[in-house]
Amino acid sequence: MRIPCPHCGERDVSEFRYGGDATKQRPKHGEGNLKTWHDYYFLFDNPKGAHTEYWQHVLGCRQWFKLKRNTATNEIGEAS
Amino acid sequence: MFKPYSALALAQHALSPERPWPRAWRSPEPKSSYDAIIIGGGGHGLATAYYLAKNHGLRNVAVLERAYIGSGNVGRNTTLIRSNYVIDGNTQFFEHSMKLWEGLSHDLNFNCMVSHRGQVVLAVNPVQLDTFARRGNIMRLNGIDAELLDRGQVMTLLPYLDYSKEARWPIWGGILQERAGTVRHDAVAWGYARAADTLGVDIIENCEVTAFVMDEGNAIGVETSRGKILGGKIGIAVAGHSSHVAKMAGLRLPIESHILQAFVTEPVKPMVHHVVSWGAELFYLSQSDKGGMVFGGHIDGFNTYTQRGQFPRIQTVAECAVSLLPFMSKLRLLRHWGGIMDMTPDGAPFICRTNIKNLYFNGGWCYQGFKATPASGWTFAHTIAHDEEHDLNRCYSLDRFEKGKELDDYGIGNWTYKQ
Ligand SMILES: Cc1cc2nc3c(=O)[nH]c(=O)nc-3n(C[C@H](O)[C@H](O)[C@H](O)COP(=O)(O)OP(=O)(O)OC[C@H]3O[C@@H](n4cnc5c(N)ncnc54)[C@H](O)[C@@H]3O)c2cc1C
Ligand SMILES: [Zn+2]
Repeated sequence: MRIPCPHCGERDVSEFRYGGDATKQRPKHGEGNLKTWHDYYFLFDNPKGAHTEYWQHVLGCRQWFKLKRNTATNEIGEAS
Repeated sequence: MFKPYSALALAQHALSPERPWPRAWRSPEPKSSYDAIIIGGGGHGLATAYYLAKNHGLRNVAVLERAYIGSGNVGRNTTLIRSNYVIDGNTQFFEHSMKLWEGLSHDLNFNCMVSHRGQVVLAVNPVQLDTFARRGNIMRLNGIDAELLDRGQVMTLLPYLDYSKEARWPIWGGILQERAGTVRHDAVAWGYARAADTLGVDIIENCEVTAFVMDEGNAIGVETSRGKILGGKIGIAVAGHSSHVAKMAGLRLPIESHILQAFVTEPVKPMVHHVVSWGAELFYLSQSDKGGMVFGGHIDGFNTYTQRGQFPRIQTVAECAVSLLPFMSKLRLLRHWGGIMDMTPDGAPFICRTNIKNLYFNGGWCYQGFKATPASGWTFAHTIAHDEEHDLNRCYSLDRFEKGKELDDYGIGNWTYKQ
């Protein structure tokens, strides 16, 4: 798999570290109850198909960015 | 119709090879309704159906499998079994599984090639050896066999490891469980399928579940690629596809799907007589009966439903292999493949009721679902038949994170990117 870093261009996946679902919204500090935080932290959509996720270019510019990827095919979309 | 396998049957077939062995299980058309439906014909689904029929007298049962029997992780794993867990709940559950493995071939009338060749986990520093002593004590207190080994004993048992001064991770000792070992994985799928079929269970292949049929919030059936099928009780046991199928019922799970790769080399003469696991990195290796070195490591580390592994993982696993077992550098890799694993935040599974009536869930197997197969089917069948968890799987509920009851046996979660 090759990932297009928005800053450095396309590089091998081995240069990157994965950061999980980028559409999860962290509740505001003090918001909700235990259940709110449980759901945020422990539950995943884990879709088979379109996914927007975080990656960090650890062995390059070290920037975090969002990437669109299809989890059923690993087809890579836009990075931003 | 059903003829048990025996030495006599073997001799008869050897004498008249023109008579083929009969199919091991029927290929029935799905009925319009069953007392219980199990979604997923992997090891866990098949074992569940078998124990529903055998232990609970439920015979009007169907197993619905999207592809063919053995196509999922049950036919893709590295076949290791062990019961060396530290946390209460895990310890007893996996030991129950080990006990079921011990009698499985007889129970199923199918040679599952259960091999208690023993597993050695290697300590690479003195602190790790201390934690192994603690683990061994916990195992022994639970009646499970465990032996602590010093470096000299490891050298006698596993003479082919790197004991040189240059070894990057010096071997300090290890912990041995003699009853641990390997089991022929396909035989487990086929054995459970045949034994369940014999008890009347319908095994329906090429039948993908696409939706649930709901009635006033209760699950009453499924829509499939082969039509609608109603079920009094419905169990989900689809491993890597847990989130995907549970979502059809509106459930969101503490699970992510990740790929794990496995590797096998060209066959060589018998040399590695144990399962060898390493304390420096997640790495495990055994030698198959055909002679190939079968080994694996970590998941690739990002969620995916493709069964294609990435090259960087091949490299790190090969580095582990050569670092621990220098002879591995001379062997050629014959095959490698991947399977989609249902990873949970604490590395422990779920076998439980759900908040939907008549819908039960089994999944979140991480790296350890193969060794769990017999106990998983045994306890899931109990949970479905009695609409209540057995003592052995009460800890595997979906709400354990809410209650602060996570079962993090390795203290490092699910070994994914979260570390
Ligand atoms: C490379 C690798 C190595 C492993 N090594 C070990 C090991 O050494 N020891 C160990 O204990 N564990 C190991 N595991 C884990 C173990 O293999 C799994 O946890 C276990 O097999 C999962 O349970 P199962 O057998 O029921 O899964 P599967 O065999 O995957 O069964 C699930 C079934 O559900 C079906 N399905 C999915 N969606 C649907 C649908 N919509 N409708 C109908 N059917 C559906 C699938 O087709 C599949 O056949 C390994 C896994 C992998 C991938
Ligand atoms: Zn970059």
